[in-house]
Amino acid sequence: MEEIIGMLLAGGEGKRLGALTNNIAKPAVPFGGKYRIIDFTLSNCTNSNIQTLGVLTQYSPLELNRHIGNGKPWDLDRGTGGVSVLSPYTAKNGGDWYSGTADAIYQNIHFINQHNPEYVLVISGDHIYQMDYQRLLEQHKATEADATISVIEVPWEEASRFGILNTTENLRIYEFDEKPINPKSNLASMGIYIFTWETLKAYLIKDAQKKSSSHDFGKDIIPAMLDNDLRLYAYQFNGYWKDVGTIQSYWEANMDLLDEDWGQALNNKNWKMYTNDTNYPPQFIGEDAVVSHSLINSGCFVYGMIESSVLFKNVVVERGCSINQSILHPGVKVGKNATLERVIVMENTEIPEGTSIRIGENEEPLVINQDILTGMLTLSGEEI
Amino acid sequence: MDTMMGLINLEHEHHVFNELTYFRNGSSIPFGGRYRMIDFALSNMVNSGIHEVAIFARSKFRSLLDHLGTGENWSLDRRNGGLYILPPDWNDPTDMSRGDLQFFHNNRDYFRRGKSSYVLISGSQFISNTNYHDAFKFHLDRKADVTLISTKIEELQPEHNSYFRIEADDIGWVKNITNDRKNPSLFTGVYIINKELLMEIVDDCIAYNNNHFFVHGIKERLAGLKVQTYRHRGYSAFINTIESYYRQNMKLLEEKNYQELFYQPTFVRTKISTNPPVKYRKDSVVKNSILANGCIIAGEVEDSVLFRGVSVKKGTTIKNSIIMQRCTIDEGVYLENVILDKDVHVTEGQRIIGSKDKPYVVAKRQTV
Repeated sequence: MEEIIGMLLAGGEGKRLGALTNNIAKPAVPFGGKYRIIDFTLSNCTNSNIQTLGVLTQYSPLELNRHIGNGKPWDLDRGTGGVSVLSPYTAKNGGDWYSGTADAIYQNIHFINQHNPEYVLVISGDHIYQMDYQRLLEQHKATEADATISVIEVPWEEASRFGILNTTENLRIYEFDEKPINPKSNLASMGIYIFTWETLKAYLIKDAQKKSSSHDFGKDIIPAMLDNDLRLYAYQFNGYWKDVGTIQSYWEANMDLLDEDWGQALNNKNWKMYTNDTNYPPQFIGEDAVVSHSLINSGCFVYGMIESSVLFKNVVVERGCSINQSILHPGVKVGKNATLERVIVMENTEIPEGTSIRIGENEEPLVINQDILTGMLTLSGEEI
Repeated sequence: MDTMMGLINLEHEHHVFNELTYFRNGSSIPFGGRYRMIDFALSNMVNSGIHEVAIFARSKFRSLLDHLGTGENWSLDRRNGGLYILPPDWNDPTDMSRGDLQFFHNNRDYFRRGKSSYVLISGSQFISNTNYHDAFKFHLDRKADVTLISTKIEELQPEHNSYFRIEADDIGWVKNITNDRKNPSLFTGVYIINKELLMEIVDDCIAYNNNHFFVHGIKERLAGLKVQTYRHRGYSAFINTIESYYRQNMKLLEEKNYQELFYQPTFVRTKISTNPPVKYRKDSVVKNSILANGCIIAGEVEDSVLFRGVSVKKGTTIKNSIIMQRCTIDEGVYLENVILDKDVHVTEGQRIIGSKDKPYVVAKRQTV
């Protein structure tokens, strides 16, 4: 029997990420020059010594499955436990897609039972943060809680965009407000839960029978627990946390890595970031290159100017280019004298010589791939 | 199908790397921003379809073992075949073998058990990105006993002096192996040999109390063997001194050389790390340089090779230098023509200048 196992929800489609999630699940979207969004949660598990992890996939899972593989990069290739990818399945009495976050766990009760843990950690694969789940567990045990929900203070004016938890002074939760118009608290749920497994199991089974339920942790399970006066506690997290739900926030979260403070997170020797690495050679910075305030991965050739940008592996930026506040995914080639500002260029896109795409400061950064680019260039000639 | 097994023989490599080989043998010297010397021989074998590779290593091999691990980074962590690091054995009182023959003798099982009938033998000082498939085909087509890989050097340098030269006829049969310094056709130390023949030569050499498999077993018996040569084309380098090491690293800053060595359809493989992308801070200035992941650059870097995890602080200038893993260069430092081995810490305001011909070398883990 294990004390705790992790269940990582990675089935999200991420509709608001537009073209970025055309063919891949949101957790698999490239992030931070070398990683995929899910690497932050996976690395958190490794660093928090979570040795058994179920990853629940649903939407376009190919890239995600390939990325996770047998879990080796995260030391999750283990004889017992390790990582298991759990996709929706059919069985004797039929089967269905995961209809909500709680349903996804419900349909894998047999997986959790196999490991028979005392506690279950429920996390999702689309947030950027570094957290020691053991600290969360310690508090959960110390408060003898049935559920502990990690919360973060958000600015009061933004509180109505979040699921807000109203707590007593000692952080016991008495009310859950989903996107309240007049928030009573600014403690937002981060979608990170620890449940005592026996309790959760009972609630999942009850919830599954309710036809009217949306089978969601925030909307159904937590309110039901509160109705029955269970011991629910908030765990206050004080680090960096970002939901990369929109193109704007995806872009911002990448730019945040260029910050002096949070950016150090990637270089933290005590909290390493793991990913499926490749064997690309070191980057080659040419004679006339001008590079500053940027993140650049291996296999890149840079001859132009790069400022405040993130370059993934195997990107080529030719002479005379000016790349500003942009994100270039793996294999992007930028032809001579091109200008990019606030643009997110998807994998293997080739940008012709002299192309200029500049997005204003108040507009949402533009996502382009080869198809979008071809469309743009035919419409308006070279200058956009 | 005919296949080859691999052998990287480090026993008779001459190396004059001073500080760089105080604590490691020549094969595990870092090279080219993220590699070790041995990666080239090893990757070439794996990329040529070889699934089992043995390494003869006698001394200072802790760093080599650490680097190679289970061989997984070269896809050599296999059920069948894989990576064999073979130390010599000194405990057999009847064993009278010497030199590399001691390795061959005491590790016969490696050759006997291997399913391949041919062995590709290499050292670690010939640097290239080569698929030996064509050379092997040439070896089979012409039913040679031994095929020596040679390369023609346009501009002979002092480091080439210690390598054998090959004299061959018009169709590639080797007539002589010499030390003629003017002959530009160098033996790369890489050769293909039939396994049965190899085992016979090993026995003969031991019987005659020889101590060098290639010199006594092949060079001196040339007349009795069908030895041919296969010409390697494209970028390559011989590295056996500090000077050649420095010069060849600097040569990689010419894009053509860099492309030919690293940007081939098959990559040179090395130990994978968990370093994040290079972080350039505001006002960093980097020109004509190679940087590996994990570096944090706030100062100026020009014409230099930076290995993983190097930190260059504000107001510091680095020129024509090689900076190995995890060095920290504090503020206001000036380095020119310098080689810093791993984990060196250069404190604020230091100036270290070597000459182009004699770079200044700082040994591992020093604080300057």
